[in-house]
Amino acid sequence: MTDFSRLGVAAIRDGVADGAFKAVEVAEALNARVSAAKALNAFILETPEKAIEAAQAVDADRAAGKPLGKMAGVPIGMKDLFCTEGVQTTAASHILDGFVPTYESTVSANLWKAGAGMLGKLNMDQFAMGSSNETSYFGNVISPWRRNDGGNAALAPGGSSGGSSSAIAARLCPAATGTDTGGSIRQPAAFVGISGIKPTYGRCSRWGVVAFASSLDQAGPMARDVRDCAIMLEAMAGFDPKDSTSLDLPVPAWEAGLNSDLKGKRIGIPKEYRLDGIDEDIAKMWDNGIAWLIDAGAEIVDISLPHTKYALPAYYIIAPAEASSNLARYDGVRFGLRDLPEGAGLQDMYAATRAAGFGEEVRRRIMIGTYVLSAGFYDAYYTQAQKVRALIARDFDNAWANCDLILAPTAPSAAFGLGEKNADPLSMYLNDVFAVPASLAGLPAMSVPGGLSKEGLPTGLQIIGKALDEQAVLNAGLAIEQRSGFTAEAAEWW
Amino acid sequence: MSEYRIQGNTGEWEVVIGLEVHAQVTSESKLFSSSSTGFGAEPNSHVSLVDAAMPGMLPVPNRECLRQAVRTGMAINAQINRWSRFDRKNYFYADLPQGYQISQLYHPIVGEGEIEVTLNEKDPDSPTKKIGIERIHVEQDAGKLMHDQHPTMSFVDLNRSGVALMEIVSRPDMRSPQEAGAYVKKLRSILRYVGSCDGNMEQGSMRADVNVSVRKPGGELGTRTETKNVNSIRFMMQAIEYEAQRQVDLIESGGAVVQETRLFDANKMETRPMRSKEDAHDYRYFPDPDLLPVELDDAFLEECRASLPELPDAKRARYESLGLTAYNAAVLTAEAETAFWFEDLLAQGVDARQGSNWLMSELFGALNKLGKTLDESPVSPKQAAELLRLVSDGTISGSIAKQVFEIMLETGQAASAIVEEKGLKQTSDTGAIEAEIAKIMAANEDKVAEYRSGKDKLFGFFVGQTMKAMQGKANPQIINDLLKKALG
Repeated sequence: MTDFSRLGVAAIRDGVADGAFKAVEVAEALNARVSAAKALNAFILETPEKAIEAAQAVDADRAAGKPLGKMAGVPIGMKDLFCTEGVQTTAASHILDGFVPTYESTVSANLWKAGAGMLGKLNMDQFAMGSSNETSYFGNVISPWRRNDGGNAALAPGGSSGGSSSAIAARLCPAATGTDTGGSIRQPAAFVGISGIKPTYGRCSRWGVVAFASSLDQAGPMARDVRDCAIMLEAMAGFDPKDSTSLDLPVPAWEAGLNSDLKGKRIGIPKEYRLDGIDEDIAKMWDNGIAWLIDAGAEIVDISLPHTKYALPAYYIIAPAEASSNLARYDGVRFGLRDLPEGAGLQDMYAATRAAGFGEEVRRRIMIGTYVLSAGFYDAYYTQAQKVRALIARDFDNAWANCDLILAPTAPSAAFGLGEKNADPLSMYLNDVFAVPASLAGLPAMSVPGGLSKEGLPTGLQIIGKALDEQAVLNAGLAIEQRSGFTAEAAEWW
Repeated sequence: MSEYRIQGNTGEWEVVIGLEVHAQVTSESKLFSSSSTGFGAEPNSHVSLVDAAMPGMLPVPNRECLRQAVRTGMAINAQINRWSRFDRKNYFYADLPQGYQISQLYHPIVGEGEIEVTLNEKDPDSPTKKIGIERIHVEQDAGKLMHDQHPTMSFVDLNRSGVALMEIVSRPDMRSPQEAGAYVKKLRSILRYVGSCDGNMEQGSMRADVNVSVRKPGGELGTRTETKNVNSIRFMMQAIEYEAQRQVDLIESGGAVVQETRLFDANKMETRPMRSKEDAHDYRYFPDPDLLPVELDDAFLEECRASLPELPDAKRARYESLGLTAYNAAVLTAEAETAFWFEDLLAQGVDARQGSNWLMSELFGALNKLGKTLDESPVSPKQAAELLRLVSDGTISGSIAKQVFEIMLETGQAASAIVEEKGLKQTSDTGAIEAEIAKIMAANEDKVAEYRSGKDKLFGFFVGQTMKAMQGKANPQIINDLLKKALG
């Protein structure tokens, strides 16, 4: 009998289409795996009936000889940042605890239209703010991975899409949605040895996705290989008139365009990413990545992205600034939590509701964002950060004169233990150091597994491409995937 | 334009006034959502997911609102900014679902322009003055709190939430309540001409924030106060008067004016502080990251310009060239409502002078008596045109026309039907008229003699008698001719 947990998106889609098995069989098998993996805490809400319902519809369509969608019969996990009609959507927060949208986000609607089904709503960092999945109101997500030191320390699955990464690495689902504001798809993918791509800003509609930082937020797929990412991104992307920042462009046939022959491609290696004291395992993986791309026919060029060191500070001004405003709507007036102390007035209600409804990290970022936008500080922080952002984008533009893609590590280290970095928000923010520049420039960027650290934990290679050139990013990802021989899996302890 | 001075103990004071007028943009749907903008609907019946700021909802600009702002800018000869941007103004209030208002602080869609105003727009000789416009920007309106629905709670109506407003910011160019009043009247007239705002202050579709300061004539500008949300021209003028006097009294008694926002209490006829400095807002404006900058191309701007109607000043000049008196032309163009009515009348082929005289004497007089506005007139331009045609083609006389008009006002019947039914057609039958003249002369031999001995004034008496005998239906020109002949 087929072990459906071992099949990826393409394999399930093709198997269902060929009649090798029924979509319902896949949904039942994965529903069972999800329900048995509570120890990972990857799901905030399980929706087995949704998965079955979608699978039945696909099976019926196939029986009726109707054409099947790009994701027909594939059950997936949905990050709890996407509003799902009739299904609780919390952004992993208390303030939206119990909130049931009456509408479906464009991206999730696109996936359902393509024949995918929903296994459940995935845990995440609260309002997508975090790099370790320790800020969720619904508890930490635990990575299925463990160090090879014989210990059983719980490790971070990365963040903010930590429920997505953990569930895919634990083979609870073949793929899941993620969102990436400053690395929230790429870093968790790297931490658990899977692939994930953040497309060009504007490829995926933000309509119905709970906003963190509007100018940076971008949805993307996470899956166990590059092809699966290509398939799912095709299903998610597309112009949406309901999002003013959505790109009015046709969706390319990325899966059909996959080609790992990189002859004629120039790969830039940014010298500024080779930080002093760079982790040995990370440096070695990067060198391996370079060798694999040369082997695939690419030419390696040294490039400079001179403003890289300002990217992280700029990001931690712009993202909290936007967040402080985006999160103002959670006020206890119209939906979600309301804390109305006895005899309280409006201001007291705001204060009580928001104090009770937002976690510590969210409150911290609202405070930072409020501060950098306030009178007297705006120019020194926000305006300056926007200038840096423009310079970062220009760095990339200049680099494209000499290369077609950029190869870099996804994160500065392999996964760390839960609780190890909590005490120091700055060291946590440093996790985003390689991911943030592409976010600020709105460029497509992908993480693919690059190897294992000395502790036996996955590390990720990041490929950054030109705006709209997801195809080249996917192709380079595929070339690495074919050469890295990455087959490691987390041993099933949960 | 007008010398307005406040007499204080230390001498004369000059008042400096600047206005921020909020005008609701005429459009079917809101600035960033497809909800209706209709007035007077059930609370919360015009609220979309975007208006209620549900999680993940995004604003999409309504092009029509931007178009109306651009057309308004063109109508005041303002700089139109081809590149503008929306900013967020952040503050918490229960009528503001997003927790911020989308507005334009840094890059408004319309830049500098000006409006020429006159203290009495109906008096062509009244002096004029140019009032500078600093900018027009587009922003969202807030919802409305209702405090009278529940003993301990306030309710929120979000119907207005997200409706588009134009904020029209003047330079501090006005020096008297009268000038401020004239400015708002002219602005309202332009908005109505353009069709970008209905100008109904009582429904809240136009309201003003009034900035007032005082200074010794020609001296340095004083500290200003801002009186918020004044919703009638009369109240605005009263607020300015009160506020200027208050500031003079304050300064002269050794105090200092505090820059603050105030509100006008129309019952007490006074302004008072709205909020103290301690909770002064820091709005943390920044560019709205959900929206792309607004870029206007040539085709869009050309369409805006081509769709502009003839504006009041141009229309007045044209009416004068059609032979209207300066006074008539000024009155007919001062309000868009009047001008549009008159245009409709002209479109029916009515002579401009005949039409303007009739409209200003007969129709205005009748409406005045009925207490109705022109929009509520029981007689339409088309019906009026028929009446005027009956006069000009000699079917009825002017005095009969007055009677017919009376009946039209009461019954709404067509003029021709009334003339027909009542047999009011005037006669040009010289035989019948001559017969009556003969009878009148015979019965008034003494007066005939007096007339013939030089008392010319008696001619009017004979005309009146003849017309009376003809029951008003004789052609007055023919009566004149025949009488002259008969009286010699």
